Formats: sequence, structure tokens, C-alpha cells
Amino acid sequence: MAEREVLLHVENLVKHFPIKKGVIFQRSVGAVHAVDDVSFDIFRGETLGLVGESGCGKSTTGRTILQLHRPTSGKIIFEGENLAELKGEKLRRKRRDIQMIFQDPYASLNPRMTVGKIIAEPMEIHKTFSGAAKERRVQELLSLVGLNPAFVNRYPHEFSGGQRQRIGVARALALEPKLIVCDEPISALDVSIQAQVVNLLEDLQKELNLTYLFIAHDLSMVRHISDRIAVMYLGIIVELADRNMLYQNPIHPYSQALLSAVPFPDPFIEETRERIILEGDVPSPINPPSGCRFRTRCRYAEDICAAERPALSEVAPGHFCACHFRDRFARK
Amino acid sequence: MGDILQVKGLETQFRTRNGTIHAVNGVSFAIREGETLGIVGESGCGKTVSMMSLLGLIPTPPGKVVAGEALFEGVDLLKLNNDQMRKYRGSKISVVFQDPMTSFNPVLTIGRQTAEPFMIHNNCSKAEAYERAIKYLELVGIPNAKDRIHEYPHQFSGGMRQRVMIAMGLICEPKILIADEPTTALDVTIQAQIVELVKRLRDELGMAIIWITHDLGIIAGLADRVNVMYGGYIIETAPVKSLYANPQHPYTIGLLGSLPRMDELSYRRLTSIDGLPPTLLEKPTYCPFEPRCPHAVARCRSENPTLVNREGDEHYVACWVDPKTGKEYK
Repeated sequence: MAEREVLLHVENLVKHFPIKKGVIFQRSVGAVHAVDDVSFDIFRGETLGLVGESGCGKSTTGRTILQLHRPTSGKIIFEGENLAELKGEKLRRKRRDIQMIFQDPYASLNPRMTVGKIIAEPMEIHKTFSGAAKERRVQELLSLVGLNPAFVNRYPHEFSGGQRQRIGVARALALEPKLIVCDEPISALDVSIQAQVVNLLEDLQKELNLTYLFIAHDLSMVRHISDRIAVMYLGIIVELADRNMLYQNPIHPYSQALLSAVPFPDPFIEETRERIILEGDVPSPINPPSGCRFRTRCRYAEDICAAERPALSEVAPGHFCACHFRDRFARK
Repeated sequence: MGDILQVKGLETQFRTRNGTIHAVNGVSFAIREGETLGIVGESGCGKTVSMMSLLGLIPTPPGKVVAGEALFEGVDLLKLNNDQMRKYRGSKISVVFQDPMTSFNPVLTIGRQTAEPFMIHNNCSKAEAYERAIKYLELVGIPNAKDRIHEYPHQFSGGMRQRVMIAMGLICEPKILIADEPTTALDVTIQAQIVELVKRLRDELGMAIIWITHDLGIIAGLADRVNVMYGGYIIETAPVKSLYANPQHPYTIGLLGSLPRMDELSYRRLTSIDGLPPTLLEKPTYCPFEPRCPHAVARCRSENPTLVNREGDEHYVACWVDPKTGKEYK
């Protein structure tokens, strides 16, 4: 494969949310370790999937990339510029190139604005289009996402969940971004509607040469849409690989358990499938375990796992894993 | 084994300002002793409303069960008044609700809430009921149950709360456990824990289970038989293997096609079902799936199909068109 161009480079990203106590004089008494030292690249034109269970930090990672949360430390380099250091007008300009599609299509659209206004708002803020050209662009965007352009004067409540998510997509596309962070864009939708939205996202990617960071907890959908996938657990990336590599040969014990927990829509396979059932719950991110974050639920944990944090390193070309025993699992 | 619950022609409607919503339009099915029945469908298809109708849990007004009967141990559940219904609900038929976060009373201890159904239905002492609560909490895998009964719901995680819900549902040894999307709010690894738990309890205690879900994946590994619902009707019912190997209704075929599969090696574009589910403001006089159906013929617009045995082996489907040929059945 030819050298691919890195669009976004995330290096040692850390995001801690302080926990405050006291009424007037607030002092920090601890921190939620939402994202703890995460590094990855996104190449131009690809879809990187980010999966993990609730509270693993996948949404925080997405939001920190857009600077909706400022990172505690680390670099987010987008086309040569470190977004973490940008401020004010410069940051605002850069945001044109990175847009977001939110999870809940009911909460992410202002109920008092018409669809036309919602989609036009980013263009007004960034002054890319105005007057008749803006109106034309709104109509164009509506038909691009498969909605009737005559709907511009309607309000969000007149649309179903799937249609609202299309409005959210049109708004994200309004500024012709290069990267779109999709934060669980389909998890609030019904199964038959999910497929419609996923197909739309795929078509738009081909047509407009978009790059996606696709955040989701539905592993089978992530596998379907992504080129490469990163698995997160309690604020760190435990495994990162090409989608087929990851699903056929998961190396990290957490990835193995996560994949085996996904039910198959096939009773013949389900009958003979063996599940790895993880014991207990995810530990609190306020006080995460020392060393390997997964060791408290891991079947293979040994003394070294508590003492030392495993680094995310390459096992096979393009296949990264953060586990002390990665070579043992890789051979199997 | 015989049927323990027979539902015939159940119809439930809701009066709203915009008109009457026909949520359930004549649903008939039976469940056998010890069987696991899956009920699959998208939001608004009537899967939850039909089950809540059986237990008298439909808020009236606006809702009303307008027709049908539900025979359980020779009694028609739909004819019972509230006091009579209480003898069944929670003891012989119990429910596990979807959201483990909101289904508990936050100011009562876990022990009190788990023991409550047993205390009410068996007229026993508090000590006895608590002892039994501890036994059932241990059964569903709550570690250290003896001490944890004094804790409150917020001290439990989502998965643990769902386990407590299941203990609460099982404490009176019901004949039927209705599980209304019990794992939808949970993460996959926790979902796998709960599914394994329910399978184990089913084998140990031998109750029948009705599992309501929108997830065709869970049902595949759990159910013996599946009802697929759409627009307030059961449109296909079959033994689980027959349904997945040989789906007959265009809606079922569409649903299965819209799911990505993890064992596919090459890329396949998902087949989506175009259009939207019906609003149910009118009782459909024709097939409710007709506006979204790729095979629709003239008859689909004039007549509503009923469940007919087309595949043999208890596989019933409500459709005029043979999906293999795309032509109307002779």
C-alpha cells in the first residue's frame, strides 16, 4: 500500500475532569481519568472506528479532538497545526474543517429553529455563503442527505428520528469539513433506519472524500463501516488494528471478551459458540487500577500486570496491542 | 407440553388528542410450559403494549384493551379487576423492566424491594421474606448478598441492578417471566452476563420466558420460538432456526439484511428498508407493511393477510406474496 497521508495525529492525549468539593472555596479532591494517554493517527479518506463500553472515554476523545473539552495534556495535530494550542479566532477557523454528528437526534437540534435555519447557521457563523447562495446551498445539502428540499421551513419535531439524523448530517456537511467525528450517530435509531443512515454516511464519504472518526458501542456496525478500529477500555486504547485483523484475531484479552459477547443473528452459530464472560464491572475511572487497566477482570493477569503499564506496541504490521503477554496471544 | 398462556385477538388502543392510536390490532399467540418465546420488533410495533395489556398495566385512560382474551390456568386475565389481577401479577406472572435505573424506588433498600413481592403474596413474616430475598439475590449472582440487602439502588451498578430486578421477578417462582428489553440499557459484556444468567435460571427453575427485544442477535441464541411484530400485528411466527434460516415475510427478510454480520469477510452494502413505520392512527384495512414493501402487489392494498402456515413446521407468515418468486401465492 502506498504511504497514506496522516490527517489527524493524536499524541499522548490526556483528559482529566477535576472533582470539586466545597461551596465557595472549591478545591480539587480528585479527578475522573476519562482519557489517559491515548495516541493514534487518522489517515485521509479512511474511517477509524472507536469502540468500547460506556465510560471508556471514547466520546471524550472525540470531543477533545474538536476542542469542545480542552485536553489536560497532549497534542492534537490536524494538518500540521496543534489544535490544543490554538485559541480564539484561529481555533474557530480551524473548526470549519472538523465537524461533529451527535448521538441524540432529538436533543441536538434546536426545536425553535426551522431546518433551513439549522443547516444555514454554520454558514452564517463562518460567513461562507450568504443571501440567495446560502438558500441554494441549504437546498443542495437537503437533497444530498436524501431529504426533500421543500422541507426547509419545517421544524425538527415534524421529522422522525432517522430524518432528524439526516438533518444533523446536512448541518455537519454545510462547511465542507475534512474530518467528521460521528459520536454514536445511529444508536438512538431503530434497526431498519440504522441501515439507511449508515448507507448515507458511506455514500457521502465516497462522494465528498470525507474522513470519519466513528464512535460507537455496536461492534458489528463499527466493523461494517470502519477501515481500522481502536478498542478503548477505561481511558486507554488496548488494541488498534485493521478491521479484519481485529475481528479474526483479537489479541488483547479485553477485545477477545468484547467480541465474544456480541450476539450473532444466527441460531446455528449461537448454539455452538463459546462465550468469554467477564466477571464484575468496569472499575471507577476516579481511581483506576495500577499497571494494566484491565487486570482486575483479566483471566490471564499476573504480578507484572499490576506493577507495570503495558505500552501500545506493534505485534504484526498495523496491529497494535497493549498487553504484557501480547506475543503469547498473538501466536495462537 | 401444554400451553400455559393462550392469547386470542388482543386489541389495545390509546385515545390521544390527535385521534385513536391502534397500538395492538388482534394479536394471538400461545406459550408452552418452560418455553422461551422471543417477541421482536421496532419501537412502536406494539410488542410492549401487548404484554402490558395482559397484566393490566395499561394506564386507563388513555389506553384501553378493547378486545381479546388471555387464558392462564383457565382464567381470562383480561376480565379480572385490579384486586383479582394482583394475585397473578408479580407472583405467577412477573415482569423485568427495561431500565434498571428508573424501575427501583430510590429511598427503599434493595432487600426491602426484593422481598416485597414475596411478603405480599405469601403473607409471611419480614424475617422469612428477607431470608428468601437473600437466597434469590445469591442465585442471580449478587456477591455478599447478606450485607448488600441493606444498601440502596444507587449503590449498585446497572448490571447489578438488572440482576436484582430478575431476583425480584423470580422470588415468587412465577410460571411466566416477561422480560421487556432487559439488556437494552446495558453494555455488551454485561448483556452477555445477564443472558447467561437467564439461561441458567431457566434450566434450573423451569419457568417460561417471554423476551421482548428489538435485537435479532440476542433472540437467536436464547429463544425457542419467535414472534415478529409490525404495526400492531404478528406478521411472522416460527421456531427460531426456521425463522433465521428461512425468513418468509419481506419485513423479516429486510430486518435480517439490515444487520451487519461479524463473520462476513467481504464488504456488503446493508439492505435498508425504505420509508417509515406506520403511525397507527387508523386501523390498517390492508397490509401495514405495504407502503415499505418491495414485493407489494394489488391485493396487499385491499386485504390484510392473516397468519398462514406456509413453511411447515409451525412457521406461520402473514403475507400474500411468496418471497422466493416475488409473486402472489396461488
